[in-house]
Parts: sequence; structure tokens; C-alpha cells
Amino acid sequence: MLGRWVRWVAENPPPGPFRARFWRSPLRGPWLTSVLSVALLPGITLMFLTGLASYAAYDPNLARGNDTTPDKGLLGSWLPTWPAGPWWLYWVTQGVHVTLGLVLIPIVLAKLWSVLPKLFEWPPARSLTHLLDRASLLLLVGGAVFELVTGVMNIQYYYAWPVVFYQAHYYGAWVFIAAFVVHVAFRVGRLVTALRSRSLIRELRTPLSATRPEPPDPDHLVSPDPAPPTISRRGALGMVALSSLALLGLTVGQTIGGRARSTALLAPRGRELGMGPNDFQVNKTAAMAGIVPVDDSWRLQLRGAVSRSLSRAELLALPQHTARLPIACVEGWSTGIQTWTGVPLADLADLVGAARTDRLFVESLQRGGFSTATLSPGQVRTPDALLALQVNGADLSLDHGFPARIVVPALPGVHNIKWVTRLTFSVG
Amino acid sequence: MTRRESLQTVALLASFIVAGYAAVRLLAGDPVGVGAWFVGSAIGHDLVLFPLYAGLDALLVLLLRRHPAWAAVGGVPWMNYLRVPVVVSGLLLLVWSPLILRLPTEFRAASGLPDQPFLPHWLAVTAALFVLSAAILLARITTKRR
Repeated sequence: MLGRWVRWVAENPPPGPFRARFWRSPLRGPWLTSVLSVALLPGITLMFLTGLASYAAYDPNLARGNDTTPDKGLLGSWLPTWPAGPWWLYWVTQGVHVTLGLVLIPIVLAKLWSVLPKLFEWPPARSLTHLLDRASLLLLVGGAVFELVTGVMNIQYYYAWPVVFYQAHYYGAWVFIAAFVVHVAFRVGRLVTALRSRSLIRELRTPLSATRPEPPDPDHLVSPDPAPPTISRRGALGMVALSSLALLGLTVGQTIGGRARSTALLAPRGRELGMGPNDFQVNKTAAMAGIVPVDDSWRLQLRGAVSRSLSRAELLALPQHTARLPIACVEGWSTGIQTWTGVPLADLADLVGAARTDRLFVESLQRGGFSTATLSPGQVRTPDALLALQVNGADLSLDHGFPARIVVPALPGVHNIKWVTRLTFSVG
Repeated sequence: MTRRESLQTVALLASFIVAGYAAVRLLAGDPVGVGAWFVGSAIGHDLVLFPLYAGLDALLVLLLRRHPAWAAVGGVPWMNYLRVPVVVSGLLLLVWSPLILRLPTEFRAASGLPDQPFLPHWLAVTAALFVLSAAILLARITTKRR
């Protein structure tokens, strides 16, 4: 009795989107979906890896204060220490992470469009496996869009979600990737079959007048009652590609910096500030960090085996080292390469008798935000790691951290602490 | 259950363990708030965005089907020369809407940069897309006439 009733429900979907004939696009089909998937597969893999790198770059396992998600447990306690080079490492990984994320948005939306009828599949569950698979799709789609939305909002300083960005974006990524791995593993066969069903080259040569629906498929992506096409497959794919290219072209300049910056018309950091030595992007202004102009009474507190207190004049009298480095922000933009001059952190460590294995705890005058950071022994001892006093031949401006700031190769922007007040070398 | 289904079931359950481990931490701060954002993300395209853009597009298609004489200019159908710039410009707006609409309150204070130029920039890019599309359409019409 129950069995008959279940069969009746399964065979009689509610009206509207639950019925196959509701979906009439002549372009939907496994080939089109698979082409979009083939673009997303390496893209999403790269997003996850660069995202993991971004988290590792904060060196969360070096000191609890560095960890933006201290309750991560198994989701990152195994991450290695972040290296102090090559100097472009974080610039590239984070630039790729943010820019690629934007580029993938049109492809993700196109992919969601291409499989839309599956949301209204009837019956909602055919078997236990099918039910679990659909639950997994909720995590997959929800996770993907959640990651894109939180990322896109964060790079625009739009903090409208209920929790800290790092927590949302990092744990959201793990929810997503768990579903993604299974999704790919159990669909890769269908993907290959579908891709082989048509030639991409031939499809790119097919105009609207010769565009025909794909043959019926077991997943019912192809409409049983297709409308006449109004755009070719190459037209639809081209529109997606053009959207991705537009996002790329109007963003990537803020990462590259220099002359390319002004091409980033819609990106947050697409503006040239001027020609002066301090005219480059500021993550957080002195005003916002609650910094009042520092006078001659400022002393750098140095702590190691012994303690020292140095004025800015005394720091300038020490041997100076110059390094050409960019500062790259977690938001994907960079300052471009600037010329920093100051005292090597290794010299300051030696000055207070610190051991070569000592880490460095940096404290800022800044209140709130990233006002402290712990640097690894490797970062302290790398030759280009500086307590910078000058940039491009001039004193640091207040916005760039006067009287002194940290600059370390491949270190995330916010860990290059500005307005330094105390450096503590210790075994940790 | 086939062998493949059993395998898939086990894999799915294993993935739920990983996702659950992460979800506990994801939801820790504000379970209802974050949960709502997550579910909203899962259905946002399918139940909000899609009805919007598909509805508008269906209106255009219907209109031109009712009035076939309007559908072509100089013998060239123009619908896709409208669709493409609208889609590209719409996506740019979707992605950069917080800055374009000046929603973030912290941007100016943090960066020291003005936040007015984003709307004019988006309008300029949109205009450029439409001009480019119209120029290509015009070129098609001209080559057709020859």
C-alpha cells in the first residue's frame, strides 16, 4: 500500500519547475556543464591551495596570537612554518587567490545555471545514496557561494556578516572542499564521457543557425521540449569568458601595482596616490589605528638576553640595510615594490644577545586590529627583514608606520607591523 | 545497492564527518546567522538571481517573438548585442556593488581613499561595453549590405 503511494508521488511531480518540460533552454546538457566544470576544477583546486597558503602565511602554529582561527584543531595544526622567501611568494599566492576568485564567479554562476533543473529533481530522493548526494550538493553549492560572497565582501571592507571573516572563510572552505572532493571523484567519469560527446573546436565554429540541443542524457539536463535557440553554445561560453576577462582586467592592476594599477577601475586599490616617496597604498591609516604623531620621546624597547632602549636617531646611526620589497595584503592588492631602508632584525637580535633560534614578538602603538605579530627565527634572520625607518629615500610617513615599521619578505601585509614600540626576542 | 553506490555512500558519509568538524567551528560564533548566510548562499542563485535574470530575458525573447520585425536591424538580429553588455555590466555590478553603492563604512577611513569614483567607473565601463557592442553590430550590418 505504502509502496504504491510512494510510486504514485514519484511519478506525479508537482507542477512548475519539478516537471522536466518546465526547463526549455536548448543549450543545457552534459557537454556544456562539463566544459564549465573543466574550467572550475583546476581553478577551485588552486583557490583552495592558495587559501591554505594564505592561512599558513600568518604562521598560526608559531604563536597563538598569530592564529586567526585558534580552535581549528585538525584543520591546520599540521601546517608548516611560513618561509621568509622567495620575496614574491605571498604577493603571488594571495594575488592569485583573490583575482582568480573573482574570475571564477561568472563560471560558477554559469555552472549553477547549467544544472538548475537538478535542484527540482523529482522525486527528491530515489535512494539513501541519492539523498546523501543531494545533501552533499547543498554543502557544495552553499560552500562555494558562501566562500565567494564572504571573500568578495571582505576585499571591499563590507563586514555585514555575523562573525569574523577569517573564521567564516577558513571553516567555510573546509566544509566546501569536503563536498567538492567527493563530488569530483564520483562525477569525473560522466565528465569525461560528456566532454568526448562533442568537439570543442567544432562547437566554437557552430553559429546560432546550426545550434541543436544535445541528445537526451541519463541525468535529464537536456530539455525534453527545447525552445528554439537564441544564442549559440560558443556565444554563451564566450559571454562567460568575457565576463571573467572583464573581472580580471579591471582588478589585476591592484595586485601588480606600478603603471598597471590605474587599470583596476573597479578594484578597491586601483588608484595612484602621487609621485612622492610615501605615495603608495595604505592598509590602515594612522587616524583609523588611533595613532597620534610620535615625538622625540619615542624609544624602541628591545628585549632579549638584555634590554635596550633606542631613540630613532640611535637606530639611524646603526648600519642601515636597503631592501626592495612589495607588501602584499590578504585582500589581494599590493603596494608594488618599494625601497625600504632600516636596521636588519638580525642586527637588533644580536644587539640584545638573542639566540639564533629565538622568535620575535612585535608590538605596535596601534590599538585594535593587528597590533602584534610573532615572527619565526627564519624570518628574523633573513637578510632583507628590516625594522624600516625610511622608504624610497624619505622618512616613513605616519600612515606608513613612522617612526619605525617591520618589513619582511613574503610576510602578509598586516604582519608587517607599523608604529613599532617594542621588540621581544625569546624562545617562545 | 550496487558496489559503486556503496562506495559513494561511504565516501559521502566520510565527507560529512570532515564537513561537520569544520561546520561546528564555522557556526560557533553565531549558529543562526552563519547558518542563514550558508543556506542563502546555497539557494541564492537558483531561487533569487535566476528568476530575476531569466525573467527579464524571457520578456525580451517573448517581445521579439511577438514582433519579429523588431528583432533585426539592417538584416542582423540584435538581441545578443544587448544581452552580452548587460550580462558583463551586471556581473561587474553584482561583484563590486558594495563599493559602487558605497555600503562599506570603513573603506575611506581604513584606506584613506575616496569612495565616490566607483559608481562613475562602473557607468563608464558599462557605457564602453555598450558602445563596443553597438560598433560590432554596425560592422556586421555594413558587411552584410556589401
